[in-house]
Amino acid sequence: MLDHFSGALSDEEMAVLDKEELAVLKAVADELPEFSRTPSQLIPVLQSIQKKHGYLPKLVLRLVADHLQVTIARIYGVATFYNQFRFNPPGRNPIKVCLGTACHVKGGEIILENFERRLQIREGETSADREYSLERVACIGCCALAPAVVIGEKVEAYVTPSKVEGIITEIEVRKEMAAREQQRNETAASTNE
Amino acid sequence: MKPQHPPMNNSPRAFLAELVTAAAAKLAELKNASVPVIYVGCATCGRAAGAMDTIAGFNEALVANGIEAIIRKVGCLGHCYAEPLVIIQNPGFPPLLYQKIGVGEAGILVRSFLKDGSDPCYEYLLGALEADDNFPTLMDYPRYLFENRVIMEHCGLIDPEDVDHYLAVGGYSALAQGLEEGGVRVLEEIKAANLRGRGGAGFPAGRKWEIARNVKVFEKLVICNGDEGDPGAYMDRTLLESNPHQVLEGLALAALAVGAGRALLYIRTEYPLAVEIVERAIAQARQKNLLGSKILGSDFSLEVSVFQGSGAFVCGEETALIESLAGRRGMPQPRPPYPAVSGFQGKPTIINNVKTLSTVPSIIRNGASWFTAIGTPGSPGTAIFSVVGEVEYPGLVEVPMGVTLEHLVVDVCGGVKNGKTLKAVQIGGPSGGCLPASLLQTKIDFDSLKESGAMMGSGGLVVMNEDTCMVELARYFTDFTQGESCGKCTFCRLGTRHLRDILEDLTKGVGSAEDLQTLQELSEMIVKGSLCSLGKTAPNPVLTTLRFFRGEYEAHFAEKRCPARMCRSLIAFYIDLEACARGCDACVACCPTEAIFTTSNRKKAIDQEKCVKCGECVYACPPEYDAVRRISPPSLIPDQGVKPLIEEEKEEK
Repeated sequence: MLDHFSGALSDEEMAVLDKEELAVLKAVADELPEFSRTPSQLIPVLQSIQKKHGYLPKLVLRLVADHLQVTIARIYGVATFYNQFRFNPPGRNPIKVCLGTACHVKGGEIILENFERRLQIREGETSADREYSLERVACIGCCALAPAVVIGEKVEAYVTPSKVEGIITEIEVRKEMAAREQQRNETAASTNE
Repeated sequence: MKPQHPPMNNSPRAFLAELVTAAAAKLAELKNASVPVIYVGCATCGRAAGAMDTIAGFNEALVANGIEAIIRKVGCLGHCYAEPLVIIQNPGFPPLLYQKIGVGEAGILVRSFLKDGSDPCYEYLLGALEADDNFPTLMDYPRYLFENRVIMEHCGLIDPEDVDHYLAVGGYSALAQGLEEGGVRVLEEIKAANLRGRGGAGFPAGRKWEIARNVKVFEKLVICNGDEGDPGAYMDRTLLESNPHQVLEGLALAALAVGAGRALLYIRTEYPLAVEIVERAIAQARQKNLLGSKILGSDFSLEVSVFQGSGAFVCGEETALIESLAGRRGMPQPRPPYPAVSGFQGKPTIINNVKTLSTVPSIIRNGASWFTAIGTPGSPGTAIFSVVGEVEYPGLVEVPMGVTLEHLVVDVCGGVKNGKTLKAVQIGGPSGGCLPASLLQTKIDFDSLKESGAMMGSGGLVVMNEDTCMVELARYFTDFTQGESCGKCTFCRLGTRHLRDILEDLTKGVGSAEDLQTLQELSEMIVKGSLCSLGKTAPNPVLTTLRFFRGEYEAHFAEKRCPARMCRSLIAFYIDLEACARGCDACVACCPTEAIFTTSNRKKAIDQEKCVKCGECVYACPPEYDAVRRISPPSLIPDQGVKPLIEEEKEEK
């Protein structure tokens, strides 16, 4: 299956890849032949890979370079130029703190700082358990709700430092409830047997 | 379904008339429905405020009460302060607009208004959409009275996902007219109307089109620029989400005028809903033969597609946008050649902003003289602003060009929130400037704003009260442009970084009069030494704040004081023991760093070492005590001789 890019990666490189990255690489290698080979399609190709896998593992760039017949430097240049592309996997709860003008005036930076302190990660990072990732965005266009934060798809309006605490607690509680629910179901299933 | 091709000898207008008759019948059916019709504002802003929950709430309440009703999603009315907005058309009543309708309010409306039919719930009512004796109409509000909606006329009132709604309100009639009269007539009309580009620079659209039309090349391209990157402006997104067909009609007219066969909509990928709605609109228009090959039976064909921009502010610049279409980094290129002569793949390329294109259909429909009667001679037409910040009624407003800033902020948007005083307005985003309250009489048009040092820009307008620090604001915008600079020109790449560093030091109280001189000189050099308008306008926030708020800069380094008490290195919080109440714990729990402790007389005090100056305790302190004080500089904290209770107890033991 990996024949497509056997030229792109050396055996040593293949050996040190972790399972997850290898899975993404394999999937991308399978998808790539569907895309056109014109270099002007670079951005749509990267967009669709990221849409499917959530991020662009750096080795994927090499596959894309191979496919489009352009240098990896050019692809890396493009991928780092645009804000959309990311090289680390997002968390299960991606947190985007809006720092548009209205949110900034109303203290968006303080909100970002509170998330950083609470989650023990910096902006642009993902927590070690992949539960949270933290990002700053330039404007989500909800200026009337400033300061605003987007958790997954949901927009939280008028966020304050204590609301940051509340948001995280809510996620933790939900997670805990889901875990207990699962455990209950498992117990029920095993007693039925 | 197969596209319906009309007979070739039929005129575009005759063909359109058929479509309109069908559409009008469909809409009339909805208007005269025997059951209530509920329209919910579901653009991105409405969804952020909870519109999807509101719909679920309506559905649940309708089922629980056994009522039949039709729910339709519409776009955005621009009244962001009142989201989620709901229009209810209940037989026997005029269509009524309700504000801030959450799940609970939806249930109440269904029970009291739809079920019993007696109580229209005045407490949630904003106004009626039609004149009525029993209800205030929207025209009774200053906002609607002063607004002149040309571009946003149908936003929030029609279903953006149904082309028939747009057809029924006169949509695509300008395109049919243009197809009959020919591209030259369209071009002449736009030139006569003196339509200036709404993207910020204000270059006359007609002149641009004429240049491209006169290039003798077979393949030409028109692009709708929806790469709205200004933090604080979102009108392009609203237009794309609320009335996409108006943009498509404008785009088709532009293509007709320049003789292009291909059109592209460049939309930010951060606007997924806009992309989805526009793609659906294109498919519907193509199916009705309003786009595609041989439009409305004429000889004119146009292929339209969407390109998703990847989030780079600089790509709003024409040449950078073209670079990014080609799959390269979005770096501006020297002009000439102008894109209108040689753009994407060397073909003549016309790039117009969403607002510019949205204006085109109404000009063709009503004529150039109608358009020039609105606004000022130099800048005819209307302008859309997203007025946000410390203002009573934030949202999108469309006013004629030439009104004063004061009129816009005070009369239309209700003035500054909480009775505070207006300190400044920031207009035009990162490329615009800060104008002080004394310049509120400045007229809003391309030329007057440029004279005052600000810029029309994309139309973001942030209202600020005395609590916003101008130095900090200049630092914020410079930080933004520094991050978004593509790095091509040395002055823009390194100059903005240097500006930012100086400003950052100033917000920490480090600096000298010499630094202000450096800021001024460096700013002027960046303007001269940059290729594109990102660099040329990047120092505007610094230059205008230096010009109008120099005293504030001086206070930062000379007195280590932030007059607005915003820069966190220069402020401190303390609790006034006279005002603090014994036994009250409101501030303790809210503090994210546990910096608040109980003093020996059972009152509260802040450990300055632990305090991160987030200001949360100010809001937590009950208003009847109002004991938390914010001061600048921090050296002003009075010594109140506080001692933690725990230490005293230890001593007693």
